[in-house]
Amino acid sequence: MSSLLELEELNVWFDLPRGGTLHAVQGVSLTLDRGERLGLVGESGSGKSTTVLGLLGLLPPTATLSGRVLLNGVDILAGGEETVRPHRWVDLAIVFQGAMNALNPVQTVSSQIVEALELHGLATGRQAKARVGELLESVGIPRDRGDRFPHEFSGGMRQRAAIAMALACNPSVLVADEPTTALDVMVQAQILELLDALCRDFGLALLLVTHDLPVVAQLCDRAGVMYAGEIVEQGPVEELFHDPRHPYTRLLFAATPDLYGEGVPVSIPGTPPRLDRTLAGCPFQTRCDRSFSRCKDERPLLREVAAGRSAACHLNDVPAEVA
Amino acid sequence: MSLLLQEPGLLAGDRPARSRTGLLWDVIKNQPSATIGAVILGIFIVLAVLAPVIAPYGLHEQVGPVYGHPSWAHPLGLDDGGIDMVTLLMWGARISLVVGFAATFVSMVIGGTVGLASGYFGGRTDTVLMRITDYFLAIPDVPLMIVVAAIWGPSLFHIIVVIGVLLWTGTARVVRAQVMSVRERAYVKRARSLGAGNLRIILRHVLPQIAPILIASTVLTIAVAIFDETALAFLGLGDPSRISLGKVIENAFQRTAISSGAWWAIVPPGAAVALLILSCSMIGRAMEDALNPRLRVSHLSAKGFRLRPLVGRGRDAV
Amino acid sequence: MSSNGLLAVEDLVVHYAVPRGLVGTVARRPQKLVRAVDGVSFSVGRGELLALVGESGCGKTTTAQTVLRLLDPVAGRISFDGEDITTLPNSALRPLRRRMQIIYQDPYESLDPRLTVKSTVEEPLLIHRSGSKRERAELVRDALARVELTPPDLFLERFPHELSGGQRQRVAIAASIVLGPDLLVADEPVSMLDVSVRAGVLRLLDSLREAGLGILMITHDLSTAARFADRIAVMYLGRIVEEGPAEAVVRDPQHPYTKALLSVVPRRDPRERSRAQILTGEAPDAIRIPRGCRFHPRCPVAIADCREVDPALERHGAAPGHRAACILAG
Repeated sequence: MSSLLELEELNVWFDLPRGGTLHAVQGVSLTLDRGERLGLVGESGSGKSTTVLGLLGLLPPTATLSGRVLLNGVDILAGGEETVRPHRWVDLAIVFQGAMNALNPVQTVSSQIVEALELHGLATGRQAKARVGELLESVGIPRDRGDRFPHEFSGGMRQRAAIAMALACNPSVLVADEPTTALDVMVQAQILELLDALCRDFGLALLLVTHDLPVVAQLCDRAGVMYAGEIVEQGPVEELFHDPRHPYTRLLFAATPDLYGEGVPVSIPGTPPRLDRTLAGCPFQTRCDRSFSRCKDERPLLREVAAGRSAACHLNDVPAEVA
Repeated sequence: MSLLLQEPGLLAGDRPARSRTGLLWDVIKNQPSATIGAVILGIFIVLAVLAPVIAPYGLHEQVGPVYGHPSWAHPLGLDDGGIDMVTLLMWGARISLVVGFAATFVSMVIGGTVGLASGYFGGRTDTVLMRITDYFLAIPDVPLMIVVAAIWGPSLFHIIVVIGVLLWTGTARVVRAQVMSVRERAYVKRARSLGAGNLRIILRHVLPQIAPILIASTVLTIAVAIFDETALAFLGLGDPSRISLGKVIENAFQRTAISSGAWWAIVPPGAAVALLILSCSMIGRAMEDALNPRLRVSHLSAKGFRLRPLVGRGRDAV
Repeated sequence: MSSNGLLAVEDLVVHYAVPRGLVGTVARRPQKLVRAVDGVSFSVGRGELLALVGESGCGKTTTAQTVLRLLDPVAGRISFDGEDITTLPNSALRPLRRRMQIIYQDPYESLDPRLTVKSTVEEPLLIHRSGSKRERAELVRDALARVELTPPDLFLERFPHELSGGQRQRVAIAASIVLGPDLLVADEPVSMLDVSVRAGVLRLLDSLREAGLGILMITHDLSTAARFADRIAVMYLGRIVEEGPAEAVVRDPQHPYTKALLSVVPRRDPRERSRAQILTGEAPDAIRIPRGCRFHPRCPVAIADCREVDPALERHGAAPGHRAACILAG
């Protein structure tokens, strides 16, 4: 039974202004099933935003892609922009990072959502307005507020409006890129609760991209951890926390402060590798606290380490005594 | 625990390093339009500076008949006094460039100071200075220059001052906007919280940040100044004792070059002025583009991302 | 209240007038006031880290800036090391500025991109004309070493764009400690840094605290405050609604707002999905502050009296120094 959305070996290269390329996304594969919430976690430069922009075909002309994006088994990336566009917004919708600040300031919120409906030929006139009313209510905005302008909304409300816009065409997959990063913790909780409810009520599949581990821990069922352009570990969130199979996952959790946890968080020393050069060995090796000889020479492949879990680390194939 | 200085990962959204040799040089090197502009301007400057030395003939030396035709000896012919046109152009360019640069210097100093004071101190100072700026902006340049030149008398110095005093407004506005944005940056606030005085902050933190935009604005102003000088000279208000390109055109006009069919007396000087202005504009525009990322339109291009067939797996994919 | 008082703030009030514009002035509309800080009292002692937490608009940043006299208060008292600095003129403040420094949130904006690390860290010394060239060079090296940018020589001639976010923030901290201040105000010092880097910078602040510095840290991140602060003060709409030792505030919150806030902070452990008490709506703006207890419109346990009574901070909870402004607490 095929997944709703499947990424197969997605690669993205960016042309650099002074020549050369940046290999921003390096062979990312993931699957998303109906109604599932998948988190894509990583720090700046890990390639998580580029991955989702790539799967939606929203990258600039300086980008080169390869790999497959299978929507219900069909590769929508095969024909480039031509084959991706029909699915954009209709099957795959996205709430961009900072979407709440990207609303058109001179149009009312309602009219912006109507625009989305009309562009995709889904509804016009009175029908469209009715649908917009429905959408606004489903995200917790009173219908009549739709006739106001974005600057009259608070940050949280604008984010809800952006979500409503994304849901306009009834997509089956919602991608949310850092949906709560600029919001206060209480508003963040409201938005996360909203996303949770929307997934339940509309059977939406959610791909949540964020650097905030606890958010993923609370909202998602499964998560992929990205580092230096690739997924280094993937699996159910509980397992990622309680039984991490990649040192980066473990160290990232250890670096995250917790309200009631014991002990003080610890940084990961060093910085991520440059992506404009090919690397030998494991990209995390210079910062890893458990690297050994093999890590310098041989790049670990992402392999299954348990049912439904995979990790890219040599420690997983080493019998207990070594390392 | 010591932190190693590792090169930060080159990220797609990284801020580009600003080389120490300055934006002007960067732009001239990298932008084709600016390179061409710089080359043209450079040629003019060299020719003008070296005019006394390399002009083929004397400036007042009659070497042939009135409106002599172009020939091998005189590629651009002769003017109404039998003077070689190439020589005239070289000497004319001198004055045009001198006035252009000098007037621009005046306007840069005034405009820069006004913009700096206005943007940095804000409040009353800003209001007053901006009203003055608006007043100057509202005045039509050329008519005022005509009036002032007519009243004050045409000397090179007067011309420079008049042009300079009218052109500073554009620079003032642009500098003010930039200063206001720099003023709010965290490192300026920090310097202030440390107890740094205004002078120190302006000299150390604000000026270096506004220098690029000031230079861009200045280069564009040179273009306008040259045009204004040419216009004044053409209208007979230039310094009668100096030959500028505008004067060359004016002479030709006054002395029936057109009805004599002597196109070489009018077109070359006109073209020279146009080239000068064009070259300055090209450099100035290229600098402005480089300074303002919002002017970039690559994201609006119709072309999308490119696809490449998958070769290899994982990070080894090529 | 802490006893080795480095900084003591009493009933601080900071208001902004909302510009009325031409129409408003002519029509004589009443002047609207943003009561950003509306009666705040706290203290920071030597070797102590007080975290001022709250959501946007609560007044925490305004408080921090006013404490350093970068803004002027309308009422209240600020004492620094026993001296009343509330109304000191700039000239008298200048020598004091060596002893209180601020670190900003944005590591990309807080360093002048045209100055080398050396120039940035040296600047405070130059402003205050401190020492000879050699002495300054020593102090700069020393400051860089204290922020763990070693060997210092490797960093001296670098420009900000050559450093990572964490390194830039360390340079900013070095520039703040080079004069040897007693008090450091850190406004969201790590919120713009990657998670894996934050802990290092926070530990650095912690080690400075241990060396005797008093630190006032502004943050919206309760988890960070819980792990790194000695004491936490929770602000809402211009007031401190709860204050006390960090452990006490986090494990035994007394004010309904604190309780709600703590309940919605996402936990690291997916198994710990605590019962979130999500408040509806958002905080009202500081122009129209509710009558009585300013939190009562959103309070899940408000009673009739809450509309009339504006509670003061009072001792509640078991831990010493734990106070909350709620008539229902304790």
